[in-house]
Formats: sequence, C-alpha cells, structure tokens
Amino acid sequence: MLAVSELACLKGDRLLFRGLSFSLEPGELLRVAGPNGVGKTSLLRLLAGLTQPEAGEVRWHGTPLARAREDFHRGLLYLGHAAALNDLLTPLENLRFACAAAGDEAEETACVRALERIGLAAQLDLPARVLSQGQRRRVGLARLFLSAARPLWILDEPFTALDVNAVADLAATLSAHCEAGGAVMLTTHQEAPFARAPRVLDLGGRAC
Amino acid sequence: MLTVFLAVLRRDLLLSWRGRADLLVTLAFFVIVVCLFPFGVGAETNQLRAIAPGVLWVAALLASLLSLHRLFAQDHADGTLEQLLLSSEPAVSWVAGKVVAYWLTTGLPLVVAAPGLALLFDVEQGALPVLTFSLALGTPILALLGAVGAALTLGVRGGGMLLALLILPLYVPVLIFGAGAVEAWLGGTGATAHLLLLGGGLAGALALAPWACAAALRIAME
Repeated sequence: MLAVSELACLKGDRLLFRGLSFSLEPGELLRVAGPNGVGKTSLLRLLAGLTQPEAGEVRWHGTPLARAREDFHRGLLYLGHAAALNDLLTPLENLRFACAAAGDEAEETACVRALERIGLAAQLDLPARVLSQGQRRRVGLARLFLSAARPLWILDEPFTALDVNAVADLAATLSAHCEAGGAVMLTTHQEAPFARAPRVLDLGGRAC
Repeated sequence: MLTVFLAVLRRDLLLSWRGRADLLVTLAFFVIVVCLFPFGVGAETNQLRAIAPGVLWVAALLASLLSLHRLFAQDHADGTLEQLLLSSEPAVSWVAGKVVAYWLTTGLPLVVAAPGLALLFDVEQGALPVLTFSLALGTPILALLGAVGAALTLGVRGGGMLLALLILPLYVPVLIFGAGAVEAWLGGTGATAHLLLLGGGLAGALALAPWACAAALRIAME
C-alpha cells in the first residue's frame, strides 16, 4: 500500500534519519517507536505529504506521492498533534467542517452518531474551548468512525490524554480497521491493548 | 470542489459572527482614521473636498491591513490548516473560500461605510457611486493580495509588521486607480478608464492570487 525507500529527513540543519526503508501492507498496524526528538512526528508528516523528504521516495500503490497526491489524500486520514478544533465552534460544527474540508460527505446525523459513540453525547452543543484535553482529543478521533472508507490511517499520539476505557475502545477501533483491510500507522509511548501486537519500527536505534 | 469552498466560507462567516467584536474594530478604525484628517488639515471645505478620495482610500487600505495577519494564524495554530492541505480537493477552492469570507467581513463593511464618510468631506453626491464602485472593485484586490502576504509571513516572528512592509507597496496601483477614479470623475474626464483598470486588476488577482496563496501555505507548513 505504502512503500518507503531510502528516506532521509532534515529538520533545520539536523539530520533526523536517513536510509529509512519499509513498507506498509493492508491489514497491518505499524507503531513508530523511539525516544522524544528522534523524528517520529517528522516521519508521519512526511508520509502524509505535508513535508518533502530530503532524499528518498514514498510510493502509494506504486506511484510516487508527488504524482498520486489527490488519490493518496482521498485514501488517507491523518490526525496530528493538534486536534484541529476551533474554540468558537461546537464539537459537532468542528467535526462536520473537518469532514467537509477533507472532501467527505458527512450527514449531520452521522456526525452526531460518531460523537455519541466516542462519548461526547453531552457536549454536542458546547463550544470547544470548554472541553478538557481528553475531550478535545476525542472530537478529533470521532473522524475515525466517519473515515472507514479511507484505508490508511496515520495517527500521531492518538492515545494522549485519553482515559483507560477510551484507550481500550480506540485500540479496538484500530484493530477492527486493520481486520477490515485497512492499515494504521501510529506513534505512542503508551501500551495499548491491540488485538494483535503491532509491528514496531524503531527510529531510536537508527538515529544519526 | 464547490463543497469545500462553501464549507470553508460558511465556517469562516460563522466564526466571524461569533467573534463579531473583532469586525467592529476594523470598521471603527476606518471611521476614526477618516475623521482624524479634518482635525489635522483644517476644516476648509475646498481642501477637504480635494483630499477626500485619497483619504478614504488610504484609510480603507490601512483598515484592511489591520486584521490581515489573522487570516490564517488561528487555523495554523490549531492544526486546521494541516487538515485543509491534506484535503483531496484542490487547495485553491478552500483558499478562495477563506478570502471571500474575509472580504465579506472586513472589505464589504468599508464599501458600505465609505459613502457616508465621503459626505463628511462634502464630496459631490454624484461622485459617491463612483467611490463606492471603485472600493467594491478595489477592496477584493486588497484582500487577495493580502492573503498571499499573510500566507508568506505565516509563522514568522513579527509577521504582522513584515506583512505590512511586504504588502503595502503592492497596494499602490490599487490606491492610484481607486482614488484616481473619483478624482477623474470630479475632474470631468469620466471614471471609466480607472474602473476598467481596477476591474482588470481584480480579474488578474482572482486568477493568480489563490494559487500563489496555496503554494505559500504549503511552504509555510514545511
């Protein structure tokens, strides 16, 4: 699905990693591991197409990312560090906008259902600024329920600020997505109860 | 493509409405700057009449700079911009949505307020439609060029000042033809040539600025 060859990433004038090659197949759950500052987030942003690699290539179904941009972004769900919430909008408005902006048709009822499922039934009409960190994270994660059609999920620290039950629910959701033929790539410093142990890509051992 | 445009437009208008105090600041600034001039140059009617088009245009130009640095700043900070750049729809569509919303909330109020302020300067009533029309053609150009500047200075320390330095020189042609249109009408030569040039400028800016803006935003995210 996603093939990476000889990737190098430069941040400022510091080389984060180089010669990184791996591939991600449907059904796989890949965890990017390594200590802080080793380049996990940079790698995910690079794979999502937000930044350009210093060297090397990322291929989406065999086509280089630069030429498959539209197709790739149709098949990708990327959730970064920031939850992409506007404080003046309610979770529902935020979620509906996020879906529309990504190019998904999302009915209001589907969005309400997704928010209820992630445990925000009581916060639907509150402005996002009064939500707690964990609740903000949940609004972002509600997009997972509306993005089953997107095969590749790239999630940066999805478990941060979530409580134990939410972590278990999210792990189950991610496992189910892989079962259904999707692929998930994530970073986390936390142990999560996945149905199948994720493959680990350790950036820590290869820092330059 | 239209879905994304409309979604961004609707959201930005809603956000402006929820933070409507910010919009009043732009309008109040415009009104105050215009009203300062008679205090500075004296209340001699002929003189005021002569400087009115220039004053109104310069004030509109400064007022439209006032909130420009906020155009992408919030979305940049909260991660929305990242998500928009990952949209499978072309970036031009949502950039256009943002600029249109920005113009509707900051440019249009100036266009509406300008004729009333022109009366304070005792501008001939027949020139008011020309003034309004020149502003209606000119302020969207200011918004489009300003959006490119805002995208280029996004995330830069002291971006607000840099934005003003970067974008004010580009506003000069708009100012010349905008204020010139009213003066030409008052001088009896007719404003058509100036307004046509402004219209041409708007068409050019519409065609080029969203692309330039989208490219600048991509660079800013790196």
